[in-house]
Amino acid sequence: MTPAAGSASAATAPAPARKDAAVPRPWGRWGLRATAIAYLGLAVALPLAAVVEQGFSAGLREFWRNVTGPAAADALQLTLLMAAIMTAVNVVFGVATAYVLARYEFPGRGLLNGLVDLPFAIPTLVTGLMLVVLYGPAGFLGRWMEGRGIQVIFARPGILLALLFVCYPFVVRSVQPVLLGAERSEEEAAWTLGASRWKTFWRVTLPEILPAVLTGALLCFARALGEFGSIVIVAGNIPGRTLTAPVYIFGEIESQNPRSASAVSIVLLTISFVMLLLVDAYSRRPKAAGG
Amino acid sequence: MADVAGPEAADPRERRTRPRGIELLLVAVVVGYAGILLVGPLLGLVWGALRGGAGPFWRALTHPEALHALKLTLLLGLAATAINAVLGTCAALVLVRDDFRGKRVLNGLVDLPLATSPVIAGFMLILLFGRGGWLTPAVEALGVPIVFAVPGMLLATVFVSLPFVTRELVPVLEQIGTESESVAYTMGASPWTAFWRITLPAARWGLLYGVSLTFARAIGEFGAVLVVSGSIAGLTETATLFVYRALDERNPVGAHAVALVLALFSFVLLLGMEFFRRRRRRSYRS
Repeated sequence: MTPAAGSASAATAPAPARKDAAVPRPWGRWGLRATAIAYLGLAVALPLAAVVEQGFSAGLREFWRNVTGPAAADALQLTLLMAAIMTAVNVVFGVATAYVLARYEFPGRGLLNGLVDLPFAIPTLVTGLMLVVLYGPAGFLGRWMEGRGIQVIFARPGILLALLFVCYPFVVRSVQPVLLGAERSEEEAAWTLGASRWKTFWRVTLPEILPAVLTGALLCFARALGEFGSIVIVAGNIPGRTLTAPVYIFGEIESQNPRSASAVSIVLLTISFVMLLLVDAYSRRPKAAGG
Repeated sequence: MADVAGPEAADPRERRTRPRGIELLLVAVVVGYAGILLVGPLLGLVWGALRGGAGPFWRALTHPEALHALKLTLLLGLAATAINAVLGTCAALVLVRDDFRGKRVLNGLVDLPLATSPVIAGFMLILLFGRGGWLTPAVEALGVPIVFAVPGMLLATVFVSLPFVTRELVPVLEQIGTESESVAYTMGASPWTAFWRITLPAARWGLLYGVSLTFARAIGEFGAVLVVSGSIAGLTETATLFVYRALDERNPVGAHAVALVLALFSFVLLLGMEFFRRRRRRSYRS
């Protein structure tokens, strides 16, 4: 009934057809909906359910014991610490990169803009290998640093470097479009009123990009919690010192300990999923306000 | 709708000045940081791979196990990308145009692989299809091996590269709207024709950008396939798994050679991504 009415009105009115006329006929719509539900249900929801079930299969106390055992707790703590430090550094350099790319013209700007996506394209395992080649005991920078008592590979600085590399694009790519879309007139007004560039950035630009900075930071952090490929090569994986949570989970899987692996997985998944939900809530708000 | 930026209105946003004085320092710091963080390791890898000369490099690369690994990576990447391109487009259409209870859950599920460590992704499949898993009886009845076999690796790759097509298409489909499509309906087109002739061409740059992200993620996957595959050389070993084993077995030339090929390949993909991203921006923002 409704589609018929819709097409009738569209046929009589010279104005563009109404939106509801575009709703495909029920069969197509149901088929599409069923496909999407089956796809996401089977590929994502079902595996997730299996981990949750396994993690809690021996009760809450066992779950708690698996998460707070010394090795697991150390690994989780290290992962959170490294992710937090990396996020702080990446926020500063990410905003600086986005600002420079959006506001200045200089030779090599296009190249830098393209390079930002490099960590998205390069396999993380290759990232780890690259860092070992450069900073490892056999690498040319590594040998020089070792002579000065600085150890990067098989130590925490290596983990940090790997995370900085892997997560570099997030803040840049979330701030850059906001800077490009921002009203330049406000910044220019501040300058003509005599405000310094720095003051203008702090008072005018930063408040405007703050939600985007936060989004980028949350994505960064969530991504860092799960990083495995680069870290497993770079960190040395010494329990209590350089063993991160994903590498710990891998060890538990290898030693046929699925319950403990599931428990730590649930903790990691929960933290990063909450971050993503926050991002979703943030990025939806301005859209809703703008119509 | 409020955004009426035409080609001439887009210009002032893209207006950039030459850095002067202290700004020059800021630019130098950013370029230096990106150089040390991103370019340095890349050059290090090239140096590491070619240090022993072109001969050993070539021999390591053409070793049957290395070739098999690269081939398997390419195959898995193509298959996972095809699956996610088709089904991800369906999911994007449903998320943008359909409305029903629980749609927000679907929306969250699309993002979930981004929040999942690859190791956990592989582990989930072991739990589902391994000994005593929920789906083990079903796949045993079908006779399809999943764990420690290529089908399981494909599932793992599909999982980790799932979000990109849908995430890139959703905003594009929102922007396109349904007006041209409804015109096609009033002219008697079937939904299939309308999608194929109207919506898909309009969304193509966004789709291609999503596809290139998916493919990049798929060929680079390591953690998930490591857990699922059992890494059987010449059988279930992808390029990244080969690199990992080569490092373990103190075969640095082999590891560096295959890693360099992967890096070069991602570089080419990166150029494609840039191209699609630009075209997408040009066609939807202006």
